[in-house]
Amino acid sequence: MLKHRHIAALSVAFALLLAACSPKATGTGSLTPAPAGEQPHPGGTLTFIVNAEPPSFDGHRETTFALLHPIAPHYSTLYKFDPGDLTKVIPDVAAAMPEVSADKLSYNITLRTDVKFHDGSVMTSEDVVATYNKIIFPPTGVLSPRAGAYAAVESISAPAKDKVQFKLKYPSASFGTNLASPWNFIYSAAKLKTDIHWYEKNIDGTGPFTYVSNTKGQDWVGKKNPDYFAKDKSGVQLPYLDGYKALIITDATAEVNAVRSKQAMIEFRGFTPQQRDDLSRALPNDLAIQEAPWICVNYVVPNTKKKPFDDVRVRQALTLAIDRYAGSTALQKITIVKDVGGLMRPKGPFAQSDADLQKIAGFGTDAKANKDKAKQLLADAGVPNLTFKFLNRNITTPYEPVAVFVLDQWKQVGINATHDVKETSAYQADLRAGNFDVALDFNCDFLDEPDLQLAKFWSASGLGKGLNFAYYDDADLDKKIDAQSRETDPAKRLALVADIEKYAMDTKAYQYPVLWWYRIIPYLNVVRGWRIGSNHYTNQDLATVWLAQK
Amino acid sequence: MTAVSDAEIIARRSYVESTGRRRFVRFWRDFVRRRPLGTAGAVLIILMVFAAIFADWIAPYDPIANRFQDLLLGPSPEHLLGTDAFGRDVFSRIIFGSRTALLVGFTASIVGCTIGLVLGVVGAYFGGKIDMTIQRLMDILLSFPLIVIAIAVVAALGTGEDKIANVIAAITVPIIPRVARVVRSSALSVVNMPYIEATRSVGSGGARIMFRHVAPNVFAPYLIMMTAFLGQAILLEASLSFLGLGVFEPTASWGLMLRGAGMQFLERAPWLAIAPGVAISMAVFGFNLFGDSLRDALDPRLRTG
Repeated sequence: MLKHRHIAALSVAFALLLAACSPKATGTGSLTPAPAGEQPHPGGTLTFIVNAEPPSFDGHRETTFALLHPIAPHYSTLYKFDPGDLTKVIPDVAAAMPEVSADKLSYNITLRTDVKFHDGSVMTSEDVVATYNKIIFPPTGVLSPRAGAYAAVESISAPAKDKVQFKLKYPSASFGTNLASPWNFIYSAAKLKTDIHWYEKNIDGTGPFTYVSNTKGQDWVGKKNPDYFAKDKSGVQLPYLDGYKALIITDATAEVNAVRSKQAMIEFRGFTPQQRDDLSRALPNDLAIQEAPWICVNYVVPNTKKKPFDDVRVRQALTLAIDRYAGSTALQKITIVKDVGGLMRPKGPFAQSDADLQKIAGFGTDAKANKDKAKQLLADAGVPNLTFKFLNRNITTPYEPVAVFVLDQWKQVGINATHDVKETSAYQADLRAGNFDVALDFNCDFLDEPDLQLAKFWSASGLGKGLNFAYYDDADLDKKIDAQSRETDPAKRLALVADIEKYAMDTKAYQYPVLWWYRIIPYLNVVRGWRIGSNHYTNQDLATVWLAQK
Repeated sequence: MTAVSDAEIIARRSYVESTGRRRFVRFWRDFVRRRPLGTAGAVLIILMVFAAIFADWIAPYDPIANRFQDLLLGPSPEHLLGTDAFGRDVFSRIIFGSRTALLVGFTASIVGCTIGLVLGVVGAYFGGKIDMTIQRLMDILLSFPLIVIAIAVVAALGTGEDKIANVIAAITVPIIPRVARVVRSSALSVVNMPYIEATRSVGSGGARIMFRHVAPNVFAPYLIMMTAFLGQAILLEASLSFLGLGVFEPTASWGLMLRGAGMQFLERAPWLAIAPGVAISMAVFGFNLFGDSLRDALDPRLRTG
């Protein structure tokens, strides 16, 4: 027994030493997604990684990629982003782009007549109306976190079986593009009528893949929908793939190893720079890489319903303590965050200039002065040694490194926060129940659009329900958000958005970004027909993805 | 009957105590002389305990303070074991990690072994249905591997930086049946001895017999199991943290150090994995060496000279 135990203990140490000293692979992955002019090859099963479980199956209700990546291939939307040019909106179950009235208050949409649900029923305008009514005017007890993005909508109607009409209260710059939201799965009106919550636990879409199975914690499987309505430009029936399997792998190292061992072909959310480099060295001839700025950001969200976070001085201190510029320099080397920015994506169409941003609390470049002010504010608020729990989700990238950074920044001003890490479902349940002190939340959108990025700033008991986890109600801020949404002059809208940023992040310090993300997708180069965008939500129905034969 | 004076009682007590002290000193002197491996284990344990107690003075840096100018530095005179992805000194984190390891290890093994001792003695003393019920429950727990029960318990109780008690409970539960089984077999031979009968015949109650007369006689296997499970508990804590079910960042924990940057930067910064890996191995190795030597020293059948 003595010998066995000693041998076992020494073996562990020896194995670690061997692993650590093993020779490094060399080479880099290709940056070219696919050779030009190559024709899609039908067949095969795409295997990809999803690093979290979907909290429910209802796209209208959830806000996480963990739902979209495995489930979006089962559904269609009214419009979608062109997989070949992700800045362009194209029809999905719509037959053409909407006809917009001269006063921009009426959107008339003609639907395809060859769209069928997976249960065999034909999709009609009634289904689209039921879908959008659930999203924009959710009945009591139904969660719709993106309802605020459609605040301009007055009514939805179905003048004919293949016609849908949206009537707006005021012209909205974002409404047309928002119809391409990847979250707005078209649901069956009959199913919704029977049970408005049916889609939280069941699947029945009109998308390119039908549901096969779902083993919790293991995988999600879909197979080609033979009745899918879409064809490619050459008239070939879509989707190209025979099916897909989404592997649920929550450990970051296991994810990399799955790609490295070719058990998974791609992970659509993103890898860290280090993981990209490791894979490049390990698979020099089999890897392609795509990178892009990301409309994703982590927010620090104090629960304003709890003391002392109802005190604006405490909330201001929390943001002032964070030296975002130092964090950016360091964290971009180890995880998927990069740029310092406000509520709009840095360098995006609605971003403030650096000079203006630096005037906002917590975004100034003098870290010492900021921290001194934070200490003073905490002392003034009577909590110089503030202690609280910092809620986080158990997804390593980038939540863990961002939290470690933030906790250290707070410690430097005398705040002792403990890291409260939970799996996605429990984390979201706590957020929704207000069961936390301060949380590391996130906001990811499919488009640079203030109506989307500001959706979580509406009053919590109003349009911000299900998204605003700071739980404040602020009629002034609601008015400001509403005003920018109605403003069609781009320059004036930009000024209104800047004013909101100052008010929400500084004056009231309700919730504030840490660092914006940067998306890196290393994947096996047999995967073709998929292009990276500035978000990990669009382009996920996999209809045009195919596998090269090697 | 002869009357005994107070002075004589004090003298006898003093003799017994001094004899006990002498025996204790002689035992450890013999242990050091005859069991060099066990002594080496004891030295490793003492070093670890010393590091845990005096971590604040020994560690050259704050184990959780980020230093962005020092990211992923290799071992050097400034940072003996290098720095991690947040610029934190790995040596300091190893030192502070010993606190987590020992806190969980000592608490889990002491509590687990003590509960196991009680269950083992109670089962052996009462026998019959009580013994059968306890043993079948122990059989159920024994039918699962150590790590599986620990994962199940921690999953049921929840994890978190402020929930280290749950991690300790998760490690304690699988220790109980293993100790109960061993203690019971030793206690079975004790409960049938004539002196127990004699104790019973003078009117001693069950509890007194079990814990005054039986338990001390099964203390040797209890002590040995405790040292053996200390190493196991440390390994289990590291395993749970490695699996994301133990303590969380930024707490210094060896398993967590292996799981996080240790795995992610294995090729670029191998010291991040080697340092906690060696620390875990050395700790387990030390406790195993010490436990095995202690068993040999306390077991009369294995005693030499």
